[in-house]
Amino acid sequence: MSSTSAPTDDLVVLRPEGLYCPPGDFYIDPWRPVARAIVTHAHADHARVGHGHYLAAAPGEGVLRARLGQIALQTLAYGEVVDHFGVRVSLHPAGHVLGSAQVRLEHRGRVWVASGDYYVAGDVPDAREDNLTCTPFEPVRCDCFITESTFGLPIYRWRPQRELFDDVNRWWAGNADQGRASLLLGYSFGKAQRLLAGVDPGIGPIVVHGAVEPLNRAYREAGVALPATQLVTDVSDKASLKRALVIAPPSVQNSQWSRRFGDASDAFASGWMQLRGARRRRSVDRGFVLSDHADWPGLQRAIRATGAQRVIVTHGYESVMVRWLAEQGLEAGAFSTEYGDEQETREETKEAAAVSLVDPPAATRQEPPA
Amino acid sequence: MKRFAQLFDELDASTATSAKVDALKRYFAQAAPADAAWAVYFLAGGKPRQVVPTATLRTLACEQAGIAPWLFEESYQAVGDLAETIAHVLPPPRHASHIGLAEWVEQRLLPLRGADPLAQAERIAAYWDELDAPGRFLLTKLIGGGFRVGVSKLLVQRALAELHDLDAKLVAQRMMGYTDAKQMPDAARYAQVISTSGAVPADAGQPYPFFLAHALDAPLAEFEARLGPPRDWLVEWKYDGIRAQVVKRAGQVSVWSRGEELMTERFPEIVQLAAQLPDGSVLDGEIVVWKDGAPAPFNLLQQRIGRKTLTKKVLADAPVGFIAYDALEAAGDDLRERPQWQRREALAALVAGAPGIQLSPLEVRDSWDELAALRESSRERGVEGFMLKHREAHYGTGRKKQEGLAGGTWWKWKIAPLSVDAVLIYAQAGHGRRASVYTDYTFAVWSRAPVDAAEAQAVVEAIARREPAQPGALQLVAFAKAYSGLTDAEFRDVDRVIRQTTLEKFGPVRSVKPTMVFELGFEGINRSPRHKSGIAVRFPRMLRIRDDKPLHEADTLQTLEALLGVGASASASAGAG
Repeated sequence: MSSTSAPTDDLVVLRPEGLYCPPGDFYIDPWRPVARAIVTHAHADHARVGHGHYLAAAPGEGVLRARLGQIALQTLAYGEVVDHFGVRVSLHPAGHVLGSAQVRLEHRGRVWVASGDYYVAGDVPDAREDNLTCTPFEPVRCDCFITESTFGLPIYRWRPQRELFDDVNRWWAGNADQGRASLLLGYSFGKAQRLLAGVDPGIGPIVVHGAVEPLNRAYREAGVALPATQLVTDVSDKASLKRALVIAPPSVQNSQWSRRFGDASDAFASGWMQLRGARRRRSVDRGFVLSDHADWPGLQRAIRATGAQRVIVTHGYESVMVRWLAEQGLEAGAFSTEYGDEQETREETKEAAAVSLVDPPAATRQEPPA
Repeated sequence: MKRFAQLFDELDASTATSAKVDALKRYFAQAAPADAAWAVYFLAGGKPRQVVPTATLRTLACEQAGIAPWLFEESYQAVGDLAETIAHVLPPPRHASHIGLAEWVEQRLLPLRGADPLAQAERIAAYWDELDAPGRFLLTKLIGGGFRVGVSKLLVQRALAELHDLDAKLVAQRMMGYTDAKQMPDAARYAQVISTSGAVPADAGQPYPFFLAHALDAPLAEFEARLGPPRDWLVEWKYDGIRAQVVKRAGQVSVWSRGEELMTERFPEIVQLAAQLPDGSVLDGEIVVWKDGAPAPFNLLQQRIGRKTLTKKVLADAPVGFIAYDALEAAGDDLRERPQWQRREALAALVAGAPGIQLSPLEVRDSWDELAALRESSRERGVEGFMLKHREAHYGTGRKKQEGLAGGTWWKWKIAPLSVDAVLIYAQAGHGRRASVYTDYTFAVWSRAPVDAAEAQAVVEAIARREPAQPGALQLVAFAKAYSGLTDAEFRDVDRVIRQTTLEKFGPVRSVKPTMVFELGFEGINRSPRHKSGIAVRFPRMLRIRDDKPLHEADTLQTLEALLGVGASASASAGAG
């Protein structure tokens, strides 16, 4: 199953430090400190501190710097090519979060693409389903595609996001009518901004947690349109909180911070909310199924669109995806990465990192999950 | 159907009782009576028999979704619920349905039973294609016979009572027998439940809502302070049988279980005994298998219930008796508001006129200490401990405690369970809320006591190297599965250790390197040739995690062997804890 023993002329191999490109002598999203790293996006399990030199997509510069502080960072516009030891490297939109990129590597006529995390939903392309806070996923033709597989099971099929946002708006408006705040939990980086861009700001005021606001700033500076938001400490008319939508990281659930909103209705936005078990474990009033990862049809479509004959699966339901791809006649294998453990731990890791944006730099070091 | 699916979702999503009641009221306020009739049936615990085998549903779902069985199985493992898995793997619906719940059930679901398999498959596929994920989930639950909802019958009664400004106890009484499979709910039946004009022709065989007991969880030293002196209480043995109400009215006997199932036909002996009672009598008590002048172990009764037909042999092998402990109605009078001691007198009079019905004996002692000492003989007597009932208390409803903490409650004062310290060797993810968390465990004991820690460790290392155990050598022998007794936080901790110590995965099951010792409690223990250990335990559950206990000090097969005798002779606190 593992491709570690694959022929040495592979463009990407697995090393203890992470995914490695031998001819280019650099890593993609390494989990241990290396000299040269291409970083697909700024989530904590992909972008870590301690590397000598970073290469990332230009739109993500703001969030990456906010996350990692002082780093030697070189950026590329989407599609721009840089040559490194004969490897032509370019970055292409992944639709996951602001600045997220797939890495295209071309060397001696072979093309490999490493996806990082990506979002694309449904069996057929539909612009209405795009993530509005970043450049949509763009298929890149290649010989070998290294794909994520976070939601690599056929039970994960996202409903149209406009229906989903209708649900969120209805929930918020219903709460507002009853004079209750609506506490919507979602990861500070990526999910929070996607929620902001999707809800109807006419319903009431929008309050965000202190961990969310620095990322909003980075998004706005990058030209992403978000509705007006305020910190709870800036709200002078406390009565207006009763109509407010409050967007905060999941860690505030049942915390002192969230208690100030009184009898608020709470909800959690995540792809994992698809399942009753996960919803009940969260014990929130509502679970909104909104993910920044590809659903099952999206994964299939993205993989097909690359035209790749060989596919290597990184994280998620690897063995399922590998077997399924093999049944489709593709050469399939897996890389065992450290991009989080199965399911929720992975998202929790990201969350901890996102929250750490407002903490002192020392706390930004995120240990990989056991 | 759509509206009912939405209600189900709301009930499922909310944890607050008031939110559930509100959701129920919103539903019932707008539902057509025929739909509401079925909704009450399902929500109050009515279970339509399985219409289509789950294996058929599985195969059909794979076909409709265009996925291989292994991929469906992987999905099922992640979801932990068959109907939910099906609801999600199917492609989005192409049609919309606006049919109400009653029509769905009566015109579509029920006729499926007995249809030929091809027609069944065709119709179910068409039904699925009309529903969104919540609707499919519900439909599949109903077809597969596995419908369960996170709402109690009490809550449904409360919602209906509040909505129609009725007494909840009255609604409860009218709903008795509502979920009995023999009767189809319909608008007329529902109208009776919510009738505000008063006179509802009460079905002669209707029982009263059961009053349920609470576990008494206090040290003996506090009994006097909390309960007062023993003379204020009726103290009876707690039998391990089936709680039942025996109703005799209009010349007919009805026997009802606590689950409101009509069991009259299963217990002809009791019908015969109760026929001697005058009309207008209702007794509350326990059905037990009675042999050689003593109650027999519960599993005999369980075996008898499992029999489809009662042959002469079954009746001879497991004859049942009825131990009466309360009279709810005498000479047609509802006695439930009378104090316990008065009902006891009425009971004694009724039982005196019906030889064969046993009067639950009272144990009268001057102090709680004396009762505690007497309670130690529970196992020898084949009982679970004592029941304490306040002399002045009336007969309540359900599990609701009456005013004045101690007085209005029936207390179960049970003996400690049998227990052993066992080693966790396999784990499986749970279902529903516990899907994707390892919560179902298999436990083992040592085949003999390890000489020392090193010998035990050598066995563990051999297991880790996947070496099969040598015949006759020290080994861990699986003997029980348990999945309850830990807090969510403890389950999370154990789940983490399981993931770290996993040796192999067999489908949903993981074998782990043995590192964790648990104290397991159980209610009974019997020989069983079907179990590898030769022993079967009843209702095993985790009492606590024994972090303090090294692996080699876990119990042995010999410990279990010794407990086999305890059921009949020794005292309560067994186990090597």
